[in-house]
Amino acid sequence: MEKLMLLGDEALAQGALDAGISGFYGYPGTPSTEIIEYVQGSKQAIENKIHRTWSSNEKTAMETALGMSYNGLRTMVTMKHVGLNVAADPFMNSAITGSNGGMLVAVADDPSMHSSQNEQDSRNYGNFALIPVLEPSNQQECYDMAFYGFELSEKYHIPVMIRLTTRLSHSRSGVKRRAVLPQNKLKQPDDFLRFMLLPAIARKRYKKLLEAQPDFLLEAVNSPFNSYTLEAEDYSRGIITTGLAYNYLLEAFDGGPIPYPVLKLCQYPLPVDPIHELYDKCESLLIFEEGMPVVEGIIRGGYFKGSKPIHGRLDGTLDRDGELNPNKVAVALGLKVKPGKDVPEIVVARPPALCVGCPHADSFIALNKAVEEYGRGHVFSDIGCYTLGFMPPYNTINSCVDMGASITMAKGAADSGLFPAIAVIGDSTFSHSGMTGLLDCIYDKANVVIVILDNSTTGMTGGQDYTALGKLEEICLGLGVEKEHIRTFYPFVKNHEEMTRIYKEEIAYEGVSVVIPRRECVQTMKRRNKKEAGK
Amino acid sequence: MKKDIILAGVGGQGILTIATILAHAALNRGWQLKQAEVHGMSQRGGDVQSHLRLSDQKIYSDLIALGQADMILSVEPMEALRYLPYLHEDGWVITNSKPFKNIPNYPDEQALYKEIKAIKNHVLFDADAIAKEIKANRAMNIVVLGAAIKHLGFAEAEIAKSIKVIFARKGETIIENNLRALEAGLKIG
Repeated sequence: MEKLMLLGDEALAQGALDAGISGFYGYPGTPSTEIIEYVQGSKQAIENKIHRTWSSNEKTAMETALGMSYNGLRTMVTMKHVGLNVAADPFMNSAITGSNGGMLVAVADDPSMHSSQNEQDSRNYGNFALIPVLEPSNQQECYDMAFYGFELSEKYHIPVMIRLTTRLSHSRSGVKRRAVLPQNKLKQPDDFLRFMLLPAIARKRYKKLLEAQPDFLLEAVNSPFNSYTLEAEDYSRGIITTGLAYNYLLEAFDGGPIPYPVLKLCQYPLPVDPIHELYDKCESLLIFEEGMPVVEGIIRGGYFKGSKPIHGRLDGTLDRDGELNPNKVAVALGLKVKPGKDVPEIVVARPPALCVGCPHADSFIALNKAVEEYGRGHVFSDIGCYTLGFMPPYNTINSCVDMGASITMAKGAADSGLFPAIAVIGDSTFSHSGMTGLLDCIYDKANVVIVILDNSTTGMTGGQDYTALGKLEEICLGLGVEKEHIRTFYPFVKNHEEMTRIYKEEIAYEGVSVVIPRRECVQTMKRRNKKEAGK
Repeated sequence: MKKDIILAGVGGQGILTIATILAHAALNRGWQLKQAEVHGMSQRGGDVQSHLRLSDQKIYSDLIALGQADMILSVEPMEALRYLPYLHEDGWVITNSKPFKNIPNYPDEQALYKEIKAIKNHVLFDADAIAKEIKANRAMNIVVLGAAIKHLGFAEAEIAKSIKVIFARKGETIIENNLRALEAGLKIG
């Protein structure tokens, strides 16, 4: 079979396609976006009519995937780590209902927060839900784990998490393909009751999930992706790596023999026996994890009765936060590293910025004028390109917490007496998590101005479609915003005066106003022009 | 043989295209490779870098270790300096001298050049000017690549072959422009 050069995200997508998947569901989010983007561009997916359009948010995506699994087909739901917070309710409960057709929950974590507001580790969620978790260490494993994950999921009727991290999601390497499997045939669950989580049934289902734990553990112990090298020359330390940390360990020894016993862990629940064996054999443990000290925490938390030293992120051997890299691992091993010259002092930071010609820039300039007289602290915002409105020269916004929080935080502030209380949210973010917050505002007749920046795309993640595209006014009207207080304009230098006037009029209106500055994202426009020129 | 290359620039300047071409040429040799990219927020005009690792042996880490890079290949002078801790003491810095100024506190250019010239192995030149001169304005990145390939041990024909494949869908004019850019860069390096 041919070898493809794929990002970790793409390898997982191709693996799922070859393993007979019928549908992908997800919402864009760095570093997970390329999974579905790859599928959308895949001839194989298009020819086989694999579901590949975006969902409104991670929660709807997870539920839809569960519905496809219910009907017997293989499915995958994709998201970034914080997206799993949004999908947490169906995620936790899907462990209780179980799945029918193979169901993979692909979550891409972002340690070091390259493009995120936190660096939570999704393996915690896997442990929390008591489901098997796979953590590939390289691109080939991303591909292979799609096959393996579906089999595991179907064997136990349980959703399986595949946890990626930025450096794997966004790194490219050669991937060898396998023979393509056909899609599953439609088959409803044998037991209809299990999706009916009334307390009496849920209690039984939960017991069943608990009873399955030893099986999940045995699968992890015998996983083809875990390896246990317990014979070595030096037992002064035993090393445990999880996911791609294994590569940094190999790199530290330049691919040569490693003098210490090593456990390479890529499947959970944590394989107890090999860890006990390692602990018994060695004088100390050294644990390398990409992300939070999840394994280290379990091992330290009363896992052993002994008192041998355990080193990792919790004792300062490695940084508590941030991603690993070859140097951190080498230093922790006590190996010599020889960095190059320091960065010269004249090098200054180059933070990301709104693009030249970005419509958001015009919206911010006019909004700044409109709120000038009230001083700082009146504009709440959200997650997207427009979060860069925090940076100079705009300095417009004062908050960025989670998808949709601009509207509800503005409402809470208005409830408590802040005037004016303004929310700035992107069009795609609005369709993800803004509508319910707006309904709260309507219900309470809150005195807020909601600015929906409509650049007609999901900009920050590279320009994806979203579900409310072209329907913003209708949605606002439908939710109950008064027609005369839905104001749309074209954000452009020439229109700043008019824009400021409209903002001011809606600030003056005591009630819910929606202002929609609408102009296409300049990046989308460039891509569209290029495409049209190519035709 | 192993080549560890840090590609540096500002979001949108075309470093991923350079990576794609080098990766393609390496694959043609039957080499292995790993290429870590930057996606998401910093692509909006922020500093971006890519770790490109090419080898005829198995490669483990997706990231290059500090002090191990054979080359920093940069399309912007300040960005070339940002990754110096990665550079091996015998490594090369190949960089465009034309600054990309999208921040108010961009440092003095001459001071930047002085720092670059203090590096043992460096090639510092105005790739934008050369691209303009040969009427291939948008191929500045390929001019910089041209200046680098000799120091990476690649022959012009290998890279030209990859350019033809990678730009195949963009038409003859774009292929021609990029081949001219490669040749012009090669003369500098």
